[in-house]
Amino acid sequence: MSEQVREQARERETRRLDRVVVRFAGDSGDGMQLTGEQFTSETATFGNDLSTLPDFPAEIRAPAGSPAGVSGFQLHFSDHDILTPGDAPDVLVAMNPAALKAYLKDLPPGADLIVNTDAFTGGNLKKAGYTADPLTDGTVDKFRVHKVPLTSMTINAVNAADGVAGAVNKKEAERAKNMFALGLMSWLYHRPTTGTEEFLRQKFAKRPEIAEANVAAFRAGFNYGETTESFSVTYEVAPARMKAGTYRRISGNLALSYGLVAAGELTGLPVFLGSYPITPASDILHELSKHKQFGVRTFQAEDEIAGIGAALGASFGGSLGVTTTSGPGVALKSETIGLAVSLELPLVIVDIQRGGPSTGLPTKTEQSDLMQAMFGRNGEAPVPIIAPRSPSDCFDAAIEAARIATKYRTPVFILSDGYLANGSEPWLLPTRDQLPEIPIQLTTEPNHDDDFWPYLRDPQTLARPWAVPGTKGLEHRIGGLEKADGSGTISYDANNHDQMVRLRQAKIDGIAADIPPLEVDDASGSARVLVLGWGSTYGPIAAAVRRVRAKGLQVAQAHLRHLNPFPANTGEVLRSYDRVLVPEMNLGQLRTLVRAEFLVDAIGYNQVRGLPFKAAELAGVLEDVINQ
Amino acid sequence: MTVTTNGKVGGGRVTNRLLDLVPAAPGPQSRKDFASDQEVRWCPGCGDYAILSTVQGFLPELGVARENIVFISGIGCSSRFPYYLQTYGMHSIHGRAPAIATGLATSRPDLSVWVITGDGDSLSIGGNHLLHALRRNVNIKILMFNNRIYGLTKGQYSPTSEIGKITKSTPHGSLDRPYNPTSLTLGAEATFVARSVDSDRQHLTSVLRAAAEHPGAAFVEIFQNCNIFNDGAFDTMKDRDTRDDVTLRLQHGQPLAFGADGSKAIRRGADGSLEVGAAGDAGVLVHDAHAVDPSQQFALSRLTGDTHGVTPIGVFRDVDVPSYDEELNAQIDRAKQRQGDGNLMSLVAGKETWTIS
Ligand SMILES: Cc1ncc(C[n+]2csc(CCOP(=O)(O)OP(=O)(O)O)c2C)c(N)n1
Ligand code: SF4
Ligand SMILES: [Mg+2]
Repeated sequence: MSEQVREQARERETRRLDRVVVRFAGDSGDGMQLTGEQFTSETATFGNDLSTLPDFPAEIRAPAGSPAGVSGFQLHFSDHDILTPGDAPDVLVAMNPAALKAYLKDLPPGADLIVNTDAFTGGNLKKAGYTADPLTDGTVDKFRVHKVPLTSMTINAVNAADGVAGAVNKKEAERAKNMFALGLMSWLYHRPTTGTEEFLRQKFAKRPEIAEANVAAFRAGFNYGETTESFSVTYEVAPARMKAGTYRRISGNLALSYGLVAAGELTGLPVFLGSYPITPASDILHELSKHKQFGVRTFQAEDEIAGIGAALGASFGGSLGVTTTSGPGVALKSETIGLAVSLELPLVIVDIQRGGPSTGLPTKTEQSDLMQAMFGRNGEAPVPIIAPRSPSDCFDAAIEAARIATKYRTPVFILSDGYLANGSEPWLLPTRDQLPEIPIQLTTEPNHDDDFWPYLRDPQTLARPWAVPGTKGLEHRIGGLEKADGSGTISYDANNHDQMVRLRQAKIDGIAADIPPLEVDDASGSARVLVLGWGSTYGPIAAAVRRVRAKGLQVAQAHLRHLNPFPANTGEVLRSYDRVLVPEMNLGQLRTLVRAEFLVDAIGYNQVRGLPFKAAELAGVLEDVINQ
Repeated sequence: MTVTTNGKVGGGRVTNRLLDLVPAAPGPQSRKDFASDQEVRWCPGCGDYAILSTVQGFLPELGVARENIVFISGIGCSSRFPYYLQTYGMHSIHGRAPAIATGLATSRPDLSVWVITGDGDSLSIGGNHLLHALRRNVNIKILMFNNRIYGLTKGQYSPTSEIGKITKSTPHGSLDRPYNPTSLTLGAEATFVARSVDSDRQHLTSVLRAAAEHPGAAFVEIFQNCNIFNDGAFDTMKDRDTRDDVTLRLQHGQPLAFGADGSKAIRRGADGSLEVGAAGDAGVLVHDAHAVDPSQQFALSRLTGDTHGVTPIGVFRDVDVPSYDEELNAQIDRAKQRQGDGNLMSLVAGKETWTIS
């Protein structure tokens, strides 16, 4: 560092912030997800609390340079515990005009805007739909704009690096520009950098010259920050005070995958996943297919029907059958779910919800499959439903689903969504003894004199015995035709059918006694308004509740993990408030259910924009309801 | 790929490397051991009775413990079959039995898994699953009862009904061209394809035995008479006076000859397709069920009573390639050998953790 640079660095102000939201945005080929992930990794290592929200296009290669092809990654990090990936970015890194076009509307006045000026060519402006250069026509006047010739500086840095010049071509050099951006951002926020260099050398171990090109670009970005006068301030966000323990960062789909592996170990049953690729659920299939050493079998079927069919067949044979999909896949699986209800076999059905109907918005989030999970079958076919509330909670939700499925011999839905699936947060790792044991009782002896009656129920749980093929003397046939209560032989008797329909319903209803009561966070005890949520809206709702309370207003919060059956005290909780507000990323599905079930005149707040709620906006809605 | 001939064990227990993973019966079994206490409810005279009786007669020969046998069916008259067998069984949903059986067979190599299906069940609604189970070569034995009609729903035409079929749903005659199930399954890369007839106990038993001996997916089409909605569909192949002249009994390694006096034979025509000639002709073909290349087996599947005046029965194709289930289980074994049994907590922790004290 030259004397002069040092001088500048000393003069520069370092501002302490309690939290920051940054967003990296570029073309889908620009490596923005990787950049965001790596910045997040640095941030996790530094000890901040954090929450991430990737946003990618549905097309793998949408036309380069078009707003439809923009890929974004948002990270919220802080010195205290946070609940959401943040409403609006404090800094936007725009690698091209399309990224600016797609995200400028999200940027509050005064925010930092870092743009790659090299990409603002006539052609790119046109592809993005700009008729004039937004950097000069006043479009960005409200922001603190940092114009950085990112591409050319990257190429220069790569060409100047030892042993790299000549070994990589121009295109490869240019590709490293995302690392230049990462370097600059790492400098701006005082992030640790050794991890990134190690990461790059590992990632490109097979092509060391590419690794060095990227490291050179990364360092150049960092050094550029030091030397440029464009930035008068740098920012520090102190590590968060978090509970003691060992943490990792985890996304919802990864947590769910690990939860399923754990469920296999806790139940002692081999996991069998039957699945057909679909966004945003495919990553669970990818992940589980890696873990054969746990005895996990994965089967990529010819369609969703075969995926769940194979899982159910495996359950019949004593495996923990699992199928993973999204809404359109659930539609195809409905008939088999009905069969599983009738066969009364354990099965875990994972629905990573996305925007619907039909193909809808494959890469965007929504909570609109609740009614489908609840009622989307012919006949009276009740299925328990569990919804995780955060990325790491997907781990526990998977274990809980397996517990209920095996204990009550029933298919169980897990309703996650695109936001949880791809979002990530720090996770305080559980220890082995914090995980529940899930004992499984397979039937090995006749249960009716010398006979085996496959539908003779446990009087407590109403679960039927599970006797798997290979068990001597218990040979039996089950099927989708109505069965006689007890013996399980085919029965067309009217009273028997009435009885069996009620028994199957009672079995699921009875689970309410086996799940925790609905907890209410009502610190003052004087709130008159309750906000009730489910699934991934937990973070934004809780953040909104904090804001409202910070203003001295009273509000109670409750969040449902079990949606079928509801916890036993749900009605009592809802009825003890004057008003119940139910924010959902659908048009009011939970609200309809609680109104029908508890005769509570719940108010809805509903959005289906493919994005999680913003805390500020929810806080406003809450205030309105409180002040009504 | 190595292709071996399946060793047949004369008279005794049926065996192959996959069946060897299934526990053997502790002692001799009889047909009675395989009859359940359920009242059989097909129409009197239905061909399904004969098939049931033949299967019950064959299962003792399979020689595996009864509790390790599972029959899985779809929906249809034929799919009631599992209820009548004293084995494990599942009467599932329309068309999906091959998928369900795939999950069971791949997760339980110690079971002998059979699928019972109809022409509508396997070729209409379940066509996709049938093709994929066969191409994957999952170790399941699929018995398809082809009565060329929808029996259970009371007589609509099926994907194997002949063009112009008058049924309740086609009063002016059906328009769609039928599938040839053996051609279809050979085209789907099936490793074992055979055909038999409900009333020919001896032949059907021999085909069941060959299917059981095949280490992988087996597809067996069984011509089955529905005496209520499609009576007599296979009569010429059953009638004593005509059957030998219209039926070609395929036997591996034997010349393709047929006819009451053995005077007719199959040879290759000028355009490469097969044709019927005289037994003494030059170029009479010899059947090779174990040929890896399916061309001649496929050509045989194109012979039908309507087009050539002769229908082949027996084993068209029987080649030994690794089955999906043994390969999947081998991957698991290899992973365990290489990495040891998985350690849950180290998996969950991953590579990047940090500790806050
Ligand atoms: C999803 C669904 N669609 C339709 C039916 C009605 N259905 C039952 S069996 C059948 C056709 C059966 O024909 P096939 O498979 O040839 O069996 P068969 O009765 O002839 O033995 C149909 C259409 C059903 N049970 N389920
Ligand atoms: S309808 Fe036909 S196939 Fe069905 S039981 Fe009667 S005779 Fe058999
Ligand atoms: Mg039929």
